[in-house]
Amino acid sequence: MTETGRLIPRRRDMHPVPYDPEYKTSLTRSPNLPLLSLESTPSEETGPRFGHGLIGALDNNLILNFSKGAAPAIGERIRVHGRVLDENARPVPHTLVEIWQANAGGRYRHVKDTYFAPLDPNFGGCGRTLTDENGYYEFLTIRPGAYPWPNRGNDWRPMHIHFSVFGHSFGQRLITQAYFEGDPLIARCPIAATVKDRGQLDQLVAPLDMGASRPMDYLAYRFDIVLRGRRQTMFENKPEGM
Amino acid sequence: MVQKLGTLTETASQTGGPYVHIGCIPTFAGLPGVYPEDLGLSPIAEGAKGEVITITGSIYDGTGWAMRDAMFESWQADATGRYAGQPGADPAVSGFCRFAADKDTGEYTLRTVKPGAVKGHDGRLMAPHISVWIVARGINIGLHTRIYFDDEDNSADPLLARIEQRPRVETLIAKRIAEGHYRFDIRLQGQGETVFLDI
Repeated sequence: MTETGRLIPRRRDMHPVPYDPEYKTSLTRSPNLPLLSLESTPSEETGPRFGHGLIGALDNNLILNFSKGAAPAIGERIRVHGRVLDENARPVPHTLVEIWQANAGGRYRHVKDTYFAPLDPNFGGCGRTLTDENGYYEFLTIRPGAYPWPNRGNDWRPMHIHFSVFGHSFGQRLITQAYFEGDPLIARCPIAATVKDRGQLDQLVAPLDMGASRPMDYLAYRFDIVLRGRRQTMFENKPEGM
Repeated sequence: MVQKLGTLTETASQTGGPYVHIGCIPTFAGLPGVYPEDLGLSPIAEGAKGEVITITGSIYDGTGWAMRDAMFESWQADATGRYAGQPGADPAVSGFCRFAADKDTGEYTLRTVKPGAVKGHDGRLMAPHISVWIVARGINIGLHTRIYFDDEDNSADPLLARIEQRPRVETLIAKRIAEGHYRFDIRLQGQGETVFLDI
């Protein structure tokens, strides 16, 4: 492993607030006490690696992976692509990216989703891929529908895709959500609004990327993801003050 | 004006939501067959060296309710304190596991080998521990914590030493309840709140 160096401490003000009265479930699921802040150790600087042998040919194609290629899912065909980078603006190669989402009607294939929009027999809603040597990934999927959820009286989730990214160390682990440019529900969503920094919220909104779309086939959206980086210095591992 | 740093800001976290299982453990979520098997089913393979142990527990919200929808990931060293990929590491220990609270009882189970002590950057040994990351609906950024063991010497562990209120150290220590079996409960909020890490 060539990567060394401590993880750059998380900037908690760039992340959602853990406790937000507008997102009711967070009230009982957020620690009251401060987190214990420590410099990273080998336990956080190492992490699981996954090989290309893990990934099946259709794993990043949500239009076809549930039916195993037999029949396409219903919905607006989209390509979602981008790069995984670290805070030093370096690509994160060969890292696992997993996504999950609702179907075109806004329904998840999950026992706890009781919304009456119908399931699509040809849509499961999960996909995965490894970034290439430049940190690049792509998925083919359908645009997920917006859906109502029990929170305040009439809350709706904007169209979104959940992303889970590993990086190369356990301390980089990140789950986030990608929203879609132009969706008026983003500004009304209490979950999106847990991110108080406007610039950081903007970074969760994938722009339409016509140059990456394919005529008569799919539109494209671009979603880049930044993981924690490592401090690089030749002063590392020397006694303090030397 | 000054020079531009050219650095980026980490992407903001968002909650994993109630359906995190679909993306991370689809077979568990009722979507069998999309992948051959769920990722991280076990942190050990046949022949892993060391003491095989089972850890069970629940994760409680601020009202004391055992959450049914949490998902956990664990990361640990092998029995000699080496992480997967490091020279000499046990090839039968991936060290990574994904597991979920039971949808009916809220209880989780982790079967693994007890990790060895790991040397920190300053050369001091960290007592045997398993790193845990927790996501669920209502958790806006994944929570890191550690599982230590009550039958190990934790007295010189550098992380535990940093906890000012000494009774809170107990929240990070799994209790041995039978041969090879430990109990580790997590409390998100309030009385007995688990120590979570910004690390």
